[in-house]
Amino acid sequence: MSLITTPNFSAADDFYEALINAHQDLTIDESQAFNARLVLLLANHIGALPVLKQALDAAKKS
Amino acid sequence: MSMHPVVIIGAGPVGLTLAIDLAQRGQNVVLLNKGKLTASGSKAICFSKRSLEIFDRLGCGQRMVDKGVSWNVGKVFLKDKPLYAFDLLPEPGHSRPAFINLQQYYVEQYLAERAAELPNLDIRWLNKVTAITQTDDATILTVETPEGIETLQAQYVVACDGSRSTVRQLMGLETTGRVFQDRFLIADVKMTAEFPIERWFWFDPPFHPNQSVLLHSQPDNVWRIDFQLGWNADPEEEKKPEKIIPRVKALLAYGVNSGKNSGSKEKDSLPDFTLEWASVYTFACQRMASFRHGRVLFAGDSAHGVSPFGARGANSGIQDAENLAWKLDAVLRNQAPDALLNSYASEREYAADENIRNSTRATDFITPKSDISRVFRDAVLDLAKDYPFARTLVNSGRLSVPATLHGSVLNMPDSDTFEGRMVPGSVALDAPVQLADGSSSWLLSQLGVGFTLMVYGGDVLGVALPCDVLHILAKKNATAFPASKVLIDSDGLIAKRYDMQSGTAYLLRPDQHVCARWRQVAPAKLQAALNLALTKN
Repeated sequence: MSLITTPNFSAADDFYEALINAHQDLTIDESQAFNARLVLLLANHIGALPVLKQALDAAKKS
Repeated sequence: MSMHPVVIIGAGPVGLTLAIDLAQRGQNVVLLNKGKLTASGSKAICFSKRSLEIFDRLGCGQRMVDKGVSWNVGKVFLKDKPLYAFDLLPEPGHSRPAFINLQQYYVEQYLAERAAELPNLDIRWLNKVTAITQTDDATILTVETPEGIETLQAQYVVACDGSRSTVRQLMGLETTGRVFQDRFLIADVKMTAEFPIERWFWFDPPFHPNQSVLLHSQPDNVWRIDFQLGWNADPEEEKKPEKIIPRVKALLAYGVNSGKNSGSKEKDSLPDFTLEWASVYTFACQRMASFRHGRVLFAGDSAHGVSPFGARGANSGIQDAENLAWKLDAVLRNQAPDALLNSYASEREYAADENIRNSTRATDFITPKSDISRVFRDAVLDLAKDYPFARTLVNSGRLSVPATLHGSVLNMPDSDTFEGRMVPGSVALDAPVQLADGSSSWLLSQLGVGFTLMVYGGDVLGVALPCDVLHILAKKNATAFPASKVLIDSDGLIAKRYDMQSGTAYLLRPDQHVCARWRQVAPAKLQAALNLALTKN
């Protein structure tokens, strides 16, 4: 399996809104902690190390 | 000047292990130590299953186990809540526990007493090496002894002289790696306390906020407590009893009153305790680029260093010693070329890298080295309260297991298909066995001092083989015994752990590592594997 980089959201705008809303009223530190928890939860959901490494590389290049 | 086959420098656990192993193999060994026996303080306290198996071979394993505190279970806490527990020996059928805790001075004492029984092992206390030079054929040592300056000449010298190795400095060699910016206090405390015999690790406990604490049991009612202090702590101040005692009291007050008696309103009194030993330390994960420099070899802390959180210091050094002992013996007997010693360096450098990697990861978790590293660490701990997946990321030290020497030049790559863990390069797993006379024993204790071919079934190859042969018989087939040595696989665990079928054969090195295996062995295949494992062409 490789990292999906083509559109894969069932509802892209809804996700984006939910993400921004989740950060509302958080301080920068709280947001950073929130993002860290989110990354860990999503990373475990993906699980496969090669896919996670592709995601790390893709994030680094952008 | 007479030529000694081998001179070992440093009579700690590593030097003593190597000296005894070599002497048991018949070599004349000189072991120099700059001090007297037994350093002060407990130092290393966790000795692994593999170290105990090696001590068994050296004739002092049982003493260590009898004196030591055996344990398999570790628990990790966040603040006042347990996060998870791990069992390091989840399966039965091993003669030794995952770990014993035993003060290093006992390990050194028992090894030294075993060494004293060997007439060809000459231990010289208060002998300090002050110069070292190498020629093509020998290494020449200048040694300060109580009787004056002495010069020794040796075919091989092994430096087991610790993290601040004199030999390494005299030779102008370096060890490089990462120094961690954190300080820790070790307090060994004598008291009668009713904590269970487990490894307890706290992140951010109420009695020592924002830092970590490790609690561990040792014999003689001694408890090891390891307090993280942070980089800014003053080591001289923190060493003072008036600073240490309140820290210990805070832990005890917490343990006594909120642990087992959580339902009780009455406060139990604190146990009395005395401070046995304390030390404030920092640590580094580092190693020498090469563990071999001509006729001088480096083993243990002189060659590599790790943080203490995986019990990977003394244990990996003891494995260095066992890796080197049989190779030096084979080279000194001209049974193998000098090149065999290069494999000591490459195999144990590989093992050191694995230990350093594990130790560095644990240290990065316990002492995050950047703000964002700390954010992720705290996120893991937060999530670990509710989600099992996050507990797999919590790292309070991944405890020492022997390295599997994947890709070693001494391994014969598999040509047949096998299941399970016993790949070439792995350490032989123990299993219960029954001997031909009906008595019970353990597989590892039955292996020969040299190479051993372990064959499943009773078929004899029909020719004399250049190594010991051990036939493993299933219990139901244990009636017809072949002429050579037989073990009955009483619980079927050898067949299971080694994926054995009729005819399957494993070739084990003198240090009990698998170096080749076949579904059907033939003398030519065996000879090729033996030649490879001795670097003979």
